[in-house]
Amino acid sequence: MTALPPVEALESMMLERMMLIRAYEETLVDLHGRGRAAGTCTAIGQEASAVGVVAALTPDDLILTNHRSAGHLLARGADPGRMLAEVQGKSGGYCGGKSGSLHISAKELGVVLTSTIVGGELALATGVGLSRSMQGGPGIVVCFFGDGAACEGRFHESLNLAAVWSLPILYVCENNQWQAFVHRKETMTADGVAGHAAAYGIDSAVVDGNDPLAVFEAATAAVAAIRRTGKPFLLEAMTYRLRGHFEPDDQSYVDPGELARWRERDPVVLLRRRLERDGLLDASAAARMEESVRARMEAAAAFAEASPYPAPEELTRDVYA
Amino acid sequence: MTQMTVNDAISAALAEEMRRDPSVLIFGEGVATKRRDLLGEFGPARVRNTPLAEGIIAGTATGAAATGLRPVIDLLFAPFLCYAMDEIVNSAGKLRYVSGGQFEFPMVVLAMTGAGWGVGAQHNHNIESWFVHSPGLKVVMPSTPADFKGLLKAAIRDDNPVLVFADIALGYSAGEVPEDIDAIPLGQAALRREGDDVTLVSYAKTVGTCLAAADRLAEAGISADVLDLRSLKPLDEGAILRSVAKTGRLVVVHEASRLCGVGAEVAALVAEKAFASLRAPVLRLTGPDAPAPASFPLEQAFVPQADAVVAAVQSLVHGALAA
Repeated sequence: MTALPPVEALESMMLERMMLIRAYEETLVDLHGRGRAAGTCTAIGQEASAVGVVAALTPDDLILTNHRSAGHLLARGADPGRMLAEVQGKSGGYCGGKSGSLHISAKELGVVLTSTIVGGELALATGVGLSRSMQGGPGIVVCFFGDGAACEGRFHESLNLAAVWSLPILYVCENNQWQAFVHRKETMTADGVAGHAAAYGIDSAVVDGNDPLAVFEAATAAVAAIRRTGKPFLLEAMTYRLRGHFEPDDQSYVDPGELARWRERDPVVLLRRRLERDGLLDASAAARMEESVRARMEAAAAFAEASPYPAPEELTRDVYA
Repeated sequence: MTQMTVNDAISAALAEEMRRDPSVLIFGEGVATKRRDLLGEFGPARVRNTPLAEGIIAGTATGAAATGLRPVIDLLFAPFLCYAMDEIVNSAGKLRYVSGGQFEFPMVVLAMTGAGWGVGAQHNHNIESWFVHSPGLKVVMPSTPADFKGLLKAAIRDDNPVLVFADIALGYSAGEVPEDIDAIPLGQAALRREGDDVTLVSYAKTVGTCLAAADRLAEAGISADVLDLRSLKPLDEGAILRSVAKTGRLVVVHEASRLCGVGAEVAALVAEKAFASLRAPVLRLTGPDAPAPASFPLEQAFVPQADAVVAAVQSLVHGALAA
């Protein structure tokens, strides 16, 4: 395992990453609003979970994600320019424009597979875990999914097989309370999904998904357990999707009181406030951070804008190996 | 040459490929229970039983294939693949393209189908054309032990997902298999019999039906090319077109139902590229648009029989449809 940075530096890095994710998704919403990008799903409000988990990983670890993947990719160090280019269907994107916003994967970052069929990533994760297990490499596998995916049969099939075959998988449920247009209270009797783990003999933990340090600590402990035992672990991060399911979405179906309460717990605002309160970040440093993120996003948008569309012959390239 | 059943040919191909390449492994429902020889030779890490859960079996294969393994999965009966459609169609078939070519999915899906065991519609359904229609997948449906061995070996070595459907009725049928048979390239049809008057295109058990019909047609002075497609995707268009250019008549025979079946594709191909060669309409003899019945007489009635093939060809050569 690599040495972890001091907590202050870690928190500061986390804030910068969370600001970048927020700025990226706000840019995406803006591009969509101006007709410059296709419809997309954001995870605004869920940044702490992505950043906290990914900070606990090493470069050997592999990630599977889903349609709300921007945070996971950016937390892993993805180039926002190549991501925006992908979203805009440009050849400079991570997948040459063929993925769009929904299925970005980046092998070079260890973000190996993405499924936008809710629960699809859970079915693939056991295979990546099997490869890891049989090839004897040092890394583990992390699979991000939501509470909606946990209502799919694949969630149970995946946990069962990972337990039976003892696969090194960190299952991360980002419980954002929403399953497309339906609140999880309509689809689940429990408040969360971590309770399912015990039935499969899998250890689990529930963490405040809007507190990146809490997520980091829980993920670090979970990852250490997986590396030690080779067995799966389920971490549930309780968070909230502050925007709608899919752009555009007026959220008219959302209880305004609930939304307001979670806006009060905006993870980017909370972390910044805490760092300022604890004297770890002064106002000018915070402003410089904001400015640096803004400049990065402007450069990213310019890169994406300048990137050419794929050549026509790309239409049928890479269908078959 | 060795006499071998289709089931033995499949086992031999699996063993040889697992010996050849340590990244090949096999798992599925009862795989380790039934394939004790493989389990003994290659051990429990590479020969695994799984839960009865086709979706996670196929998803596990897909994830493993993308990250360095070369899995073969046995999903038993073709209709069970309905539980695994997302993993096979949406992930294994699409994620190479969607990722801009970052990943390969070298995996094989084995399943049985077809009339012969009276197992009824939820165990017997020839759904091969569904996968032909899905991008990124290859589909193989052999008819002889030698082809099962050679094509399965090629499927395992292929860097794409390949579905290998085994006709239930052929499992215990025996045939000559060369001792040193190697991988048979996917996408090459086999001309089982040569003739000049009509082309019979088929695959799986109905190849035998066509050969039986061709014997009887020969007695009536009609000679038939019998083309065994073997691989449905890639499809050997050249072999089909060459044969029809020679004979000018085409009958496509398969057990799967007619609408949007492989026969429709073969007929359309010939209409587009060999229309001038045709001396008579193209005919298809297929199963009906009905679930496969369990009752033996009905199950047999589902499948095109040699009598029907003979009658169809005679109508093209001498009868109502003759030029």
